[in-house]
Amino acid sequence: MSGPDDRVRSIDAGHLSEIGEMDLRVRALESVLVEKGYVDPAALDELIDTYETRIGPRNGARVVARAWIDAKYRDWLLSDATAAIAWLGYTGRQSEHMIAVENTPQRHNLVVCTLCSCYPWAVLGLPPAWYKSAQYRSRAVRDPRDVLTEFGVTLPPDTDIRVWDSTAEVRYLVVPIRPEGSEDLGEEELATLVTRDSMIGTGLPVSPEALDA
Amino acid sequence: MSSDDYVTHADLGGQLGHGSIKLESGFEPWHAAWEPRVFALQLAMGAAGVWNLDMTRSARETLPDYLQRSYYEIWFGALLKQLEERGLVSADELAAGRSLRPPIPVPRIVRARDVPTLQAHGAPTERSATKAPLFAVGRHVRTICGPIPHHTRLPGYAQGKTAVIERLHGMHVFADANANGHGEQPQWLYTVVFRGTDLWPDAEGGLTVSIDAWEPYLEAA
Repeated sequence: MSGPDDRVRSIDAGHLSEIGEMDLRVRALESVLVEKGYVDPAALDELIDTYETRIGPRNGARVVARAWIDAKYRDWLLSDATAAIAWLGYTGRQSEHMIAVENTPQRHNLVVCTLCSCYPWAVLGLPPAWYKSAQYRSRAVRDPRDVLTEFGVTLPPDTDIRVWDSTAEVRYLVVPIRPEGSEDLGEEELATLVTRDSMIGTGLPVSPEALDA
Repeated sequence: MSSDDYVTHADLGGQLGHGSIKLESGFEPWHAAWEPRVFALQLAMGAAGVWNLDMTRSARETLPDYLQRSYYEIWFGALLKQLEERGLVSADELAAGRSLRPPIPVPRIVRARDVPTLQAHGAPTERSATKAPLFAVGRHVRTICGPIPHHTRLPGYAQGKTAVIERLHGMHVFADANANGHGEQPQWLYTVVFRGTDLWPDAEGGLTVSIDAWEPYLEAA
């Protein structure tokens, strides 16, 4: 446990980096909140563990794979995503009201939150740094094709782009186009093709050939 | 938290000059050891029932150095601001790293055993419909025009523009009211779609952009 004395020593040594200062300030705040009884340290550890080990984009990948192999599930997902996703066991915080949007040759969907960082945690986990960045948030609604190019995605010129700005508590999951050559794959294998970015719209699924390579 | 000089620094949609996107591979959610602690402190205090998520978003977007802060520095700054404003923690306590005053009772203290339920249930914002929606799918509407002197979820780029109603989501807690401590005041929530060319002079032809807009953001067009 670092105290004020450690901090003074750090300053004297000229080693007080920005990160070092944040470490100290956060530690100090946590100490005060725990001492006052507002937070339970065991609950903090449990919260962190939940998002490090139990919730992540593999959840969303299973939803997409299911939609690819099961037309009835796909229809349910597109008409009532919250219920269809909950049926696979994924519910909760920052995914209370889900909408699934399907990519087609005619339309590519891209999700952003220009006002903060709204993101469907229960199916995709915590958002990547770029999703929360000023660069992505400012440009996705205005120049999405250029943004996609930076992600290495080139769409056919006649594919229209639809951008979903998550301004309320509705959260969006993109259902990407099932890759060619994946016809013989089962649900588990299909899920390995579904990348996090393909469910945000900044990426495409991995092709089965690339997986074999 | 409403005033004539309310300034948000988070309304970034369409702003030019932010440069190229810094991509990263991998799924590591944290970039410093303190970040998961801030994340967990925010979630635990958010569930304590002292403030709501809309108030937190307002506290974040009004940090004067918002754009200079990293993401979890924004979270930390807003958490501290909310704790200090409500007298739960004071600056001298943060400097000392220990409590100097008795705690103020809070509605709820989250325990480890509460976390799975808390996560699984989340905080749904849909409420029972108490009136009919003003607009039907396919209807042309116009968004209201700012300035809006308080927290709002109507982005600047989408103000004063024509759009089409695409979907109704039921009545949801109205962020603008809830952030200002005026209660939930549920309103009908719609997905409304704009043509890109109605938003940006340089938009490509087929682009459409949607936002989720509460009814008070919309007028018949």
